[in-house]
Amino acid sequence: MSILIDEATRVLVQGITGNEGRFHTRQMVEYGTRIVAGVTPGKGGQEVDGIPVFDTVADAVDETGANASILFVPPAFAADAIMEAAEAGADLVVCLTEGIPVHDMISVRRYLDLLGTRLIGPNTPGLISPGMCKLGVMAGYIHRPGPIGILSRSGTLTYEVVHQLTTSGVGQSTCVGIGGDQITGLSFAELLPMFEADPETTGIILIGEIGGSAEEEAATVIADRITKPVVGFIAGRTAPRGRRMGHAGAIITGGSGTASTKISAFREAGVIVAESPAEIGARMIAAGFEA
Amino acid sequence: MRIHEYQAKRLFAEAGIPVAPCRVVTSSEDAVVAAEELGFPVVVKAQIHAGGRGKGGGVSLASSSDEVRGVAERLLGHPLVTHQTDSSGRKVHTLLVERATSIASELYLGMTIDRSRRTIAVMASRSGGIDIEETVKEDPDAVLKEWVEPVVGLRPFQAFRLALRLGLTTATARAVAKVVLALYRLFCEKDCTLAEINPLAITPEGEAVAIDAKMTFDDNGLFRHPEVREMRDLREEDPLEIEATSINLNYIKLDGNVGCLVNGAGLAMATMDLIKLAGAEPANFLDVGGGATAEMIEKGFAILIGDPDVRAVLINIFGGILRCDVLAEGVVAAARKRRIDVPVIVRLEGTHVEAGREILASSGLAFRNAEDLKQAASLVAAAVEASP
Repeated sequence: MSILIDEATRVLVQGITGNEGRFHTRQMVEYGTRIVAGVTPGKGGQEVDGIPVFDTVADAVDETGANASILFVPPAFAADAIMEAAEAGADLVVCLTEGIPVHDMISVRRYLDLLGTRLIGPNTPGLISPGMCKLGVMAGYIHRPGPIGILSRSGTLTYEVVHQLTTSGVGQSTCVGIGGDQITGLSFAELLPMFEADPETTGIILIGEIGGSAEEEAATVIADRITKPVVGFIAGRTAPRGRRMGHAGAIITGGSGTASTKISAFREAGVIVAESPAEIGARMIAAGFEA
Repeated sequence: MRIHEYQAKRLFAEAGIPVAPCRVVTSSEDAVVAAEELGFPVVVKAQIHAGGRGKGGGVSLASSSDEVRGVAERLLGHPLVTHQTDSSGRKVHTLLVERATSIASELYLGMTIDRSRRTIAVMASRSGGIDIEETVKEDPDAVLKEWVEPVVGLRPFQAFRLALRLGLTTATARAVAKVVLALYRLFCEKDCTLAEINPLAITPEGEAVAIDAKMTFDDNGLFRHPEVREMRDLREEDPLEIEATSINLNYIKLDGNVGCLVNGAGLAMATMDLIKLAGAEPANFLDVGGGATAEMIEKGFAILIGDPDVRAVLINIFGGILRCDVLAEGVVAAARKRRIDVPVIVRLEGTHVEAGREILASSGLAFRNAEDLKQAASLVAAAVEASP
């Protein structure tokens, strides 16, 4: 059906009383996401659209049984907020914040690994299981339920690919933005086996970009453990070396992290490589996934 | 963010990392005075944000006042070309005059973020002065590493072990381990993404001295380091890029002639790739943000048109929460404000796309509408072919 989230997911929103938190909470509720609580330190006891607000994540989890958290928290406070959610027992934490210092993320990722908490992001539009649950800021209506799982380091490029699929009548099981930063939560390599295990997902699209080695690590997992067809695309073939291309993680350092090494790794692992961003959806559909 | 060698050495000195006595000067007269105070021989080093200064002629040993004056006059106010600059080089505004250190051997010491291990990696090599990236590629075993456990930080035993693996005597290894730990503390305290001492000299007396210093800071960490932000040297950056950064746009100037404006970094890179596939070269990377407003699009468009190399423009916007009609108004407003002599191809998709396209069509401006990415690519190819 989906990975990570579905209609049973009970969600709390950290930073619910801010403008962005309030707006997107409403959008998520309209989509059908079960938002059971909000957290803003110092605003416990208030309500936002009838959703109870708590001072701490621990209180929110105790009172409402929330098992996932989504954060709308500024960069300076985001690391602490993620750790608070993990410590309070959330199974899944989704952090959209762009601009968290990388040193903070080193501590966050290590702490969450010790607690066994799964993190999506930061610097992501979030994730969506179409028709069931949206934990993020993507426009819900461009998606439709279906068999394709999408993993991506980019926001609007994912919308583009979702649009290509949906307008061709092909839906998605879950779309996950892993985030554009140097150090993130769940990686391609950690998420791919979840799609492999999901019986409703029959094909996977992996949208990578220059910088780091997440795609090379994904290729190893694909070669070893993934039997479902995978279509891959790497953004940034024309990107210059040593320059940060918008995302903190999109930078070629020395000779490593180039598009060509990633594309070679994909090819060797049997990934169907889309040369042009215009043909990503078509390559997946050509692999046999009509609606 | 990058800083100059002399700035990094000031931070080193505060952190307890030994550096040679030195002075920072901006005129040849001051260079001579500094050298005479320090005592000969001295090393005169051009301060620019690019590596390869030694090979490019930006670092010279001088044994007399006349030699110092000669070197300073040759460097100051002139562009220095290295393998890391473009062919026009970087203008030298500042020199570092440093007392020459007697060197018995040279080591490499560096720290960086290891993305796949999700922690800090400490790197060292017996062959200092090397290009570390080249060395890692050609002979990975020549670079020794220790990884930091985030729970406890870099431990003294790791620093000492790393130094011993370099083949140093116990006394020298202790001196090097002290530098490793001091650099690690500085690296963490200042939110660095890269710190290098290349070379780290070992003197005949067995002491360690930082001969060069390189530090790069995490832009996302700068908010908590006003003292680091003050070290930014705008003369080292492209003026269009400075302007873009000041209004929160991600802009990078490139060599091609098809300008592009896109919302979101990944889609922006993919759009550059699309231009290349269409047989043209992108003139820039410009990400107006995944959640761009009409105002941001207008500002981005102004920067794009301000680049004299641009022969055609491709605007590629996928509107999600932000609606296409609002975004189209931004494009029209930007285009009305200035005369545009190049073809502008607009590919708009997402929420309220029909209304957005209608605004573009009825604006009276000569936009070329692309229904999808494929059509956008062929319109770019046609525009480039038609341009002189």
